Amino acid sequence: MSILIDENTKVIVQGITGRDGSFHTEMMLQYGTKVIGGVTPKKGGQEIHGFPVFNTVEEAKEATGANCSCIFVPARFCTVALREAADSGIALIVCITEGIPVLEMIENYHYVREKGARLVGPNCPGLISPGKSKVGILPGHIHKPGSIGVISRSGTLTYEVVYNLTLSGMGQSTCIGIGGDPIIGTSFVELLEMFEEDTGTDAVVIIGEIGGEDEEQAAEFIRASIKKPVVVFISGRTAPPGKRMGHAGAIISEGRGTAEAKVKAFNEAGVRVADRPDQMPQMLKDIMK
Amino acid sequence: MKIYEYQARALLDEYGIPVTKGKVADNPQDARNAASELGSTVVVKAQVLVGGRGKAGGIKLAVSPQEAFTKAQEILSMRIKGIPVEKVLVSEAVDIQKEYYLSITVDRTAKKVVCIASSSGGIDIEEIAATEPDKIMKLYINPLEGINKDELKKFLSITFSRELIPQAEATVINMYKLLKEKDCSLVEINPYVLAGSGRLIAVDAKMIFDDNGIFKHQELEELRGSEEYSEDEIYARESGLSFVHLDGDIGCIVNGAGLAMATMDIIKLLGGKPANFLDVGGSSSPSKTLNALKIILKNKKVKAILINIFGGITRCDDIANGIVMTMEQIDIPVPLVIRLVGTNQKEGRDILRAKGFDSYDGLTDAVKNVIKVAYM
Repeated sequence: MSILIDENTKVIVQGITGRDGSFHTEMMLQYGTKVIGGVTPKKGGQEIHGFPVFNTVEEAKEATGANCSCIFVPARFCTVALREAADSGIALIVCITEGIPVLEMIENYHYVREKGARLVGPNCPGLISPGKSKVGILPGHIHKPGSIGVISRSGTLTYEVVYNLTLSGMGQSTCIGIGGDPIIGTSFVELLEMFEEDTGTDAVVIIGEIGGEDEEQAAEFIRASIKKPVVVFISGRTAPPGKRMGHAGAIISEGRGTAEAKVKAFNEAGVRVADRPDQMPQMLKDIMK
Repeated sequence: MKIYEYQARALLDEYGIPVTKGKVADNPQDARNAASELGSTVVVKAQVLVGGRGKAGGIKLAVSPQEAFTKAQEILSMRIKGIPVEKVLVSEAVDIQKEYYLSITVDRTAKKVVCIASSSGGIDIEEIAATEPDKIMKLYINPLEGINKDELKKFLSITFSRELIPQAEATVINMYKLLKEKDCSLVEINPYVLAGSGRLIAVDAKMIFDDNGIFKHQELEELRGSEEYSEDEIYARESGLSFVHLDGDIGCIVNGAGLAMATMDIIKLLGGKPANFLDVGGSSSPSKTLNALKIILKNKKVKAILINIFGGITRCDDIANGIVMTMEQIDIPVPLVIRLVGTNQKEGRDILRAKGFDSYDGLTDAVKNVIKVAYM
């Protein structure tokens, strides 16, 4: 089993005719994802990678029965694209785009929820259920089917951790990059809940970073509601306060959101925190015995 | 992006929020003239982007234009948290009856915009939160419907006495308008002062703009101060790199922000001192590697450099070619340690080996090695 996506997920790509959208659509197809159409306003009627491009998400959904959209639309047009996907009844919206203004994202977050859709991202690498489907830009070949769930605020750091897991023979059920922005659609807590219920997942890896309080909330939720083993890594222990470390959300402001506070929250919840990514497979093995 | 107090006050004024009169000066003579024009007791305030200027002696009262001159002279020769003061604001001193705190900001956890009011103004909000948490009032604003005026009135009535509510209400509505129209992540008035005249007036102002929203506001780009980012950080941004200077001596070049932070952390964990955060981003074109090395080599403290690339979608052979090209273009006077894994890793490492560069598979091994060569 897996969460959010599997071999039956039908994907459309918004912004499919752009450089990134087109390239990653091809990568998804190679991985075996059921990409069945694309959307680019005013480019409807074209064909790309052998399937049709539509003007609107609604047309695409009607023609293909898509239940998931992967968004590569540039930041300045992204709010329109996100809302269009939500309005059309797409159940899972995965937004790769980086740079959406935070006030727009606050509105988008609530808008998408009201429409009943689930948003992953923005500013994220997407997600993968190894051997079944990938939606986004994660490199498929470093993953391996298995029973570890991975939730991360990062991109390449996720690959680093997954690479270490795969090298140690530990495959993954689903890996989700939730995004590096201050306001993101899906939190650690919601995904922890899904992994707890997923029969295909035996343990969960969390990769957090400085900024915000999502990790602290996750720690509290694990203490109260998660029985499966969880191992954590937090990046940004050496980050200076007040500086944005690449990700818009990775900033220690007014003394809040430090790595120390997050590590402490997990420790107090009885969750083990690794000092280095390459320690995580052994830590998992130790607690899964 | 942060802006100076005098710039923030001008924006408040533009949005119809009452602000004390003031003039900015970059020399004592202009400060004296400003004080003469304002005509009474004035406050001379250092214009810096860092907090804590009051405690550092950067805010002084002057009862005459001549005193404004000497106070401005003192403040303009100060450094506050290492930052030289280049400008002062000379503003009218008001007859303070009471000080309030008012702000509108983004609450990441609630995923909403929040208005914060307190009857304990004038001091840092974090301090109020620590010492008098029950004096901090919060009103979450409906993200899809905006401010509800009845809720706002009720909310303000906890902090402000009845006759002051219309003024405070107008101020909050205008602050919210400013926040939305200019894509701010913070609009703060502290203190928001009740003057002897019965008027509520902003005596200080702070604003932070969302870096992701700046593209919509060309006019804000002109307000960007020089002190928030170092010269290297500005150069990096122009080169499409994300760079933050640190105090250590091991330079790092990494693809991806999370991995870049983790790389710094592991350097520290294993006994080294990272010199910077540097994310070359996803595409890692050869020109980015070149610019990244140039920025790092400007820092003469750097004793060794670690390049840590996890080729996801990016191919390791492309990265290796970029590194080789860079090496042929510039001279690197310190040891370089390369860690290269991921897509096409064998091809990439073969390319490096042909040019005499070893590369590492494990991140921990690479970090141990860069520390060894840096400090031997």
